[in-house]
Amino acid sequence: MTAETPAVQTPTTPAAPTRDRRGDAAIPSRRERSVPHAGWMVVAGKEFADHLWSSRFLALLVVLGLAALIPMYFAADTIRNAASQVTGASSIFLFLFTLAPKVGDTQVQLPGAWEFIAIVGPLLGIVFAFDAVNSERSDGTLPRLLSQPIYRDDVINGKFAAGLAVIGLVLTFIVLLIAGFGIVRLGIVPSAEELLRLTFWLIVTFLYVSLWLAFGLLLSVLIRRASTSALVAFGTWLLLTFFGGLITQLIGGFIAPITGSLEQQASNLSVQQTISRLLPDTLYREASLAILNPQVAAISNPATIGGYEQAAQRVPSLQSFDQSILLVWPHMVTMLAIMVACFALAYVRFMRQEVRA
Amino acid sequence: MTAPSTRPVRKRVGRKGGGPDRDTGATPRRAREGDDRPRAPIRTRGLTKLYGDLVAVDHLDLEVQAGEIFGLLGQNGAGKTTTILMLLGLTEPTEGQARVVGLDPARRPLEVKRRVGYLPDAVGFYTDMSGRDNLRYTARLNRIEREEAEDLIDEALEQVGLSARADDPTETYSRGMLQRLGIADALIKDPDVLILDEPTTAIDPLGVTEILDLLRALVRDRQMAILLSSHLLNQVQSVCDRIGIFSAGRLIGQGSMHELAARFGEDTAHVEAEIEPPADGGIARVREVLAAIPGVVDVKSPARSSDPWVIGVRPAAEETRVRRAILAAATSTGLDLTSVRVAPPALEDIYRRAVDRATHGHARDVR
Repeated sequence: MTAETPAVQTPTTPAAPTRDRRGDAAIPSRRERSVPHAGWMVVAGKEFADHLWSSRFLALLVVLGLAALIPMYFAADTIRNAASQVTGASSIFLFLFTLAPKVGDTQVQLPGAWEFIAIVGPLLGIVFAFDAVNSERSDGTLPRLLSQPIYRDDVINGKFAAGLAVIGLVLTFIVLLIAGFGIVRLGIVPSAEELLRLTFWLIVTFLYVSLWLAFGLLLSVLIRRASTSALVAFGTWLLLTFFGGLITQLIGGFIAPITGSLEQQASNLSVQQTISRLLPDTLYREASLAILNPQVAAISNPATIGGYEQAAQRVPSLQSFDQSILLVWPHMVTMLAIMVACFALAYVRFMRQEVRA
Repeated sequence: MTAPSTRPVRKRVGRKGGGPDRDTGATPRRAREGDDRPRAPIRTRGLTKLYGDLVAVDHLDLEVQAGEIFGLLGQNGAGKTTTILMLLGLTEPTEGQARVVGLDPARRPLEVKRRVGYLPDAVGFYTDMSGRDNLRYTARLNRIEREEAEDLIDEALEQVGLSARADDPTETYSRGMLQRLGIADALIKDPDVLILDEPTTAIDPLGVTEILDLLRALVRDRQMAILLSSHLLNQVQSVCDRIGIFSAGRLIGQGSMHELAARFGEDTAHVEAEIEPPADGGIARVREVLAAIPGVVDVKSPARSSDPWVIGVRPAAEETRVRRAILAAATSTGLDLTSVRVAPPALEDIYRRAVDRATHGHARDVR
């Protein structure tokens, strides 16, 4: 059979040397070369496998699992005690995620499962990205990787894709864990709408964590040492999570102090709220609440006195799923925008960096 | 069938495990040389790279033919690595052009990288993966089918002598083993061109011989073009067909050892003679006899008694006549001469002189 294949190639081979010698004609190769494509998938596949086998994956699974299960455990108790008195509430199942439970008979109140995830979630993003590019650099694998037949952006795209996949996996696992455990302990099966809300909340959480993944990736491109990049990433996380509110309050109080007429106070309050939404943390908390709790009818403070009056007159009712989504749509778009901005910056910087350290 | 269309057939045979290729290696090679193979796999014209004001590579004209090992010599920072990165399309040239396997690496990097094996300076591997797994990743990136890849990996590991340790994580490897693995890694894609940046710096002397033999075999059997950069002069001298001397981004000399020696050797040949020191007059008498021979410009007595005398001859073409004259003189004066031979031109001298000349020339230009 070998005799036939060359026959097909013969017409092209002799032509090659006579063709413009200075031109771009490739010197015939000894081996058939398929032009490779989708290099990012190969990179992503390798990175994904690396993540799954890494100790940090296991550690995070344990940390996040505990962070989600412990409040859930106490929340389930509270719900069980209260469930008999509740009538008509359609979101008992989601209380598993939102309820901030008391521990036994003590006054200690734990944050709800979703709040735990709001705090620990960024870790998940950072951990899988902070050393993505700079470790390749310091290990000397980057020149070798880039000399393979892939485009340069395949490397960063693949790494980001692998990070997203791992995040998706971990988050889905945790939500299923809570839900499964809740079903067993409470004996309540979630309704279709609750499932829908839960899935959507999973997407919002995924966006939130991906945002931190993109941030970590950016740091890994900008900062040459993995340890420095980790320090900066975790520092930012601590700062924003625990002092972010304080900082935005300070800024808000400076720019739009709550003084003057009622009308002015209302509008300044709304400005302050906008400023606080510069924090991804705030965005995520507001969005989570609105999705997980159908009773939340508005997440923005009205900007006028009239708005407050209207809000006061509103009959408290449960929001339908699509109404809740409308409420959090801007939040999601903002989180997506921050994520895209971080990734784009990382991408551009990576493409322009010299291969050599 | 074989005779008229050697090349396409060879292409099919390509390399199934390498074995058959090596056996039949001689025939296609001759056929290849017969059919006019005009285009060098590596060719640059006026290739220039500026980093700001710093000229890293200055109008480089370079050609490396198939079936040849070309050695790039130069100090640190002379522009060797920058040149290599431009050849791979990993850095864009500021000016000029490069053609690798006939293609512009800046515009068609994928095809170039598919066919060029590259061992970077200070090569690194994923430390938590085994050597074999690292190579598997490379094979996947090159879209090599799984089964074929396993064969290629086994063969490459065998060639660099790493088969026994292939399944250990690379963090347990020594620097030299990493370098061997790096060479295996570059061979996985069965390249037409091999570019090696400091391939033997950390490998022990015995290992170096193996690696250099391997490179020679690759050139001989697979008609690869190999470009290697090094600062280990005697290795470059022993393995390279042609040598290019790099200084401050410019190629200040290129050619075979003999061509370089003729150009930079100050037209001096060296003859080594082993002479038992005579009882009467000792060393001074030997020196007297040797210096009297016409054409001899310089006589160095041995530092240790086991070393030979080194006799400088100018012009270099006189070397044969001088050797005869030494023999004759030894007979007539009764010197106990045990051997006379031509000392191979030392790359070190050539290199030093070339760089000297270039820097002085450069200084003159500046003035």
